[in-house]
Amino acid sequence: MSLGQLLLVAVLAVPAVGALAVAATPRDRAARLVGVAAAALTLVAAVALVVGRDAGWVSYGTAAPAVRPWHAVDLPWVPGLDLRFHLGVDGISWPLVVLTALLTLLCCGYSLWRVPPGGSGRALVALLLVVEVGILGTFLALDLVLFFLFFEVVLLPMYAIIVGWGGDGTDPAAVAARRRAGRKFALYTLFGSVLLLVGVYVVVAAAGTADIVALTGGTGLPRSTQLAAFTLLALAFAVKSPLWPLHSWLPDAHTQAPTVGSVLLAGVLLKMGTYGLIRVAVGVAPEGARWAAPVLGVLAVAAILVGSLVCLAQTELKRLIAYSSVGHMGFVLLGVATLTATGIQAALIGNVAHGIVTGLLFFLAGAIKDRTHTGALRELSGLRETAPRLSGLLAFAAVASLGLPGLAGFWGEAFAVVAAVQTGGALWTTLAVLAALGGALTAAYLLRLLRRVTHGRPSTAVAGLRPGLAGAELAAWVPLVLLTLAVGLAPTLVLGVAEAPVAALVGVLR
Amino acid sequence: MVSVAQTVDSVALLPAYLAAGTAVLVLLVDLLLARPVATVAAAATGAVATAVGAAAVSVGGERRTFCVGADCSYVFGGRAALVAALVALLVLGVLALSGPLLRDGRTPVGEFCFLLACSMTGGVVLGAAGDLITLIVAVETLTLPLYILVGLRRGSLAGAEAAVTFFVVSVVATTLTLLGAALLYAATGGLHLERLGVLLADRSELLDLPLTTVAVTLVVSGLAFKVAAVPFHAWAPATYDGAPLPVAAYLSTASKLGGVVALLAVVQHALPPGVTGPVLALVAALTMTVGNLVALRQRRTVRLLAWSSVAQAGYILAPLGALALADADARAGAYAAALAYAVFFVLLELAAFAGVVALRPAGADGGRLDDLRGAARRHPWVGAGLAFALVGLAGLPPALAGLFAKVTVVRSLLGGDAGWLALLVALNAVVGLAYYLRFAALLYAPAGDVTPAAVRPARVVAVALAVATALAVIVGFAPQLVLDLAGG
Repeated sequence: MSLGQLLLVAVLAVPAVGALAVAATPRDRAARLVGVAAAALTLVAAVALVVGRDAGWVSYGTAAPAVRPWHAVDLPWVPGLDLRFHLGVDGISWPLVVLTALLTLLCCGYSLWRVPPGGSGRALVALLLVVEVGILGTFLALDLVLFFLFFEVVLLPMYAIIVGWGGDGTDPAAVAARRRAGRKFALYTLFGSVLLLVGVYVVVAAAGTADIVALTGGTGLPRSTQLAAFTLLALAFAVKSPLWPLHSWLPDAHTQAPTVGSVLLAGVLLKMGTYGLIRVAVGVAPEGARWAAPVLGVLAVAAILVGSLVCLAQTELKRLIAYSSVGHMGFVLLGVATLTATGIQAALIGNVAHGIVTGLLFFLAGAIKDRTHTGALRELSGLRETAPRLSGLLAFAAVASLGLPGLAGFWGEAFAVVAAVQTGGALWTTLAVLAALGGALTAAYLLRLLRRVTHGRPSTAVAGLRPGLAGAELAAWVPLVLLTLAVGLAPTLVLGVAEAPVAALVGVLR
Repeated sequence: MVSVAQTVDSVALLPAYLAAGTAVLVLLVDLLLARPVATVAAAATGAVATAVGAAAVSVGGERRTFCVGADCSYVFGGRAALVAALVALLVLGVLALSGPLLRDGRTPVGEFCFLLACSMTGGVVLGAAGDLITLIVAVETLTLPLYILVGLRRGSLAGAEAAVTFFVVSVVATTLTLLGAALLYAATGGLHLERLGVLLADRSELLDLPLTTVAVTLVVSGLAFKVAAVPFHAWAPATYDGAPLPVAAYLSTASKLGGVVALLAVVQHALPPGVTGPVLALVAALTMTVGNLVALRQRRTVRLLAWSSVAQAGYILAPLGALALADADARAGAYAAALAYAVFFVLLELAAFAGVVALRPAGADGGRLDDLRGAARRHPWVGAGLAFALVGLAGLPPALAGLFAKVTVVRSLLGGDAGWLALLVALNAVVGLAYYLRFAALLYAPAGDVTPAAVRPARVVAVALAVATALAVIVGFAPQLVLDLAGG
């Protein structure tokens, strides 16, 4: 086994073993420390995956498969179900793998300092690690059935996090609200993943293999199969992403989840949908993708506009940030829908940027709610008077989220619009214009948020705040702030590694 | 002139001898020693011996006996061995679950174990049945003792009612199957499953006879009663809820498995797939949908499990719904998928019942769902076992066994060009999650203001739960074991 293969297995095995170790450690704080150590090791392994990647990308030829992983592990598991334990990492998945490992580490570290009421910190950290296994597995899987398997792994632990540690307070109404949100999340997401299951086996039954490497490019699949498969797969990923109008699980789940849960949900869980759309749906059924692209584009722009308009009317901090995800993911999906290299690149960097920025926003919203015990915008004002640092960070994150050039959010949104314009034709030009309008609306609601929360005279809830930030909070936030700047100033961090695989993917789309 | 003198291959019959011998042994031990522990031990030993015997006999390859020419009434191959061993192990599990019930003193131990062993004999023979008469006799031997077992608790009105319901419905079902078998004989002149299959395939004019259609319908619907498939399902919830918990567990695992195996035998060997396929597709679709939707409304634990097991029967039958469209390969896959799903299901269902038995007071019925509120906080290990089984029945990780079971069914349906049924199975899984999740979440909910009855899980039940859970984990990581056994 080469070093790369060892690292690939370690990226999944370390958090899995870590979760077991956390559950087996009797003392709560010690268990959480074990969890942080496991998450840190996972991050190291995830970053190290870039080492020793194949330089042969430059001499990439047309005969080679469209997916060429840097490292791959391919072992038989259940031949009777066409399931192989086939993992691999390339430039499309690696940034997301690192982002997942980083956000999990930050969440575990944050839980070391603060455990939301409802359950033990040990169980929370163990569940976070299990969620991490599921997400990482989804990004690394190069076998369709394995992909589905990891897709499902995330569901119940995330449900448990929302129901067990979420919400505010223990009064019956709050308990019922978070239970409802959890159930909605679980049932909606399962609805998506059973469609994925059917879609996967539509492809497997027609092609006789579940190997994503062999399947990418839709080689040999008849058109009708591709249309059916793409419809099922796109629906499945649209629920997860979520694409309007299948988004209604998201605001409740994000609002009710504890801070660490929201961060993971918004930061990386949604990316399973967009990643799946690029890697599986578009890759395996390109003809289906071309056929459905206009619909996807229209829905994506509708998501941008609806998300922004709903945000303008929101009165609750976490709910507003949650709805902003609908709009941001709309830009990502618009990028994918153009099926051009620019568009898919925009989608990838938009994914990563949204993960960083929205993760930060949810951390900040959690901190504000912990301090003031309210998330209602009308009860929050003048934050910069009493807590200038918190308010400054919130302003930074909001500005990054609205896509100010030089910060991470800019590239994905700008280039999704550019890609739509480049695609040409009346439809795509209109979509580009509307998306740009949606971008302006995004700025409007985020600035409204800032005006409400940071400016004005301090409200009663805000007046008593102390200006300081805890060390643990800074430790969780500073990496995200730095990454926002880094990706904003040097987008090549993401695009550099993704360029070749995206070019290869677009190559087989034609 | 065919010789009527038959040689009897006693080796092939060994598992049946062992099972029947168990029943006799239990009777003698109860009579001579009259000590409950010895009686239960005899039954348990017999069950283990039967399972081992079945496995040992199957090693030597397929054995046939009671043959007339090429047609044999008793065919003991890989699948028969799987069914026999599984039934014997389920009996062992149910015996473990019965510990608290038998100690309670309201149930006569000797009779309980004897009847269970009799029923096991039926299950062991069932998998090997090669003609319709053997098949029906085996199914009846499996079912008959259950009428009494359901109502065996002294002074339980619910038990008596359940027993009568079960008896009446089951007798009607048997009559239907018998009538169907007789009509099939009248139409074709054959009773052996494989001969029937050949006759119906060769002489296609037989299929146009109304008599044949009626006969096929009667046989299939009679057996559908046994698996509690819609529209022949209404007896199941009432019977399960009135029966003692271990007997309900037996009904929903071994007895249901028996029905599935009988149905598989006639569908695979005897009846034309072009006729049975669409019927079974419809039955499967109705069964899972109705079972799931009604289960959503249940407030009593056993009724929820009963309706959910109706739905599960729908998933088991679903692969057979693709028969009419599929080619020979895909058909073989469909039979294997149905059996594989049944194996995964009985394992998880037994674990679920073991969890409920462990968390309820000794000898109690299933009670209301609310009686189990917060149970997993008081008994973390047992609660986790029950939650794991429920998640598995819903078909989700971390209970991979349940996930692979669903995957097997969907795969076989798409391989057989029955996409709509695959989609229906998938959507039903979502509905199923709604109530399994409610049940599982309830176990972890704060107890609130209800003061729960103090319960100490019986050790033997906890062991049964642990073993079933461990097996579920193992086949979850190595589902190929089950797929190979079911396909062999």
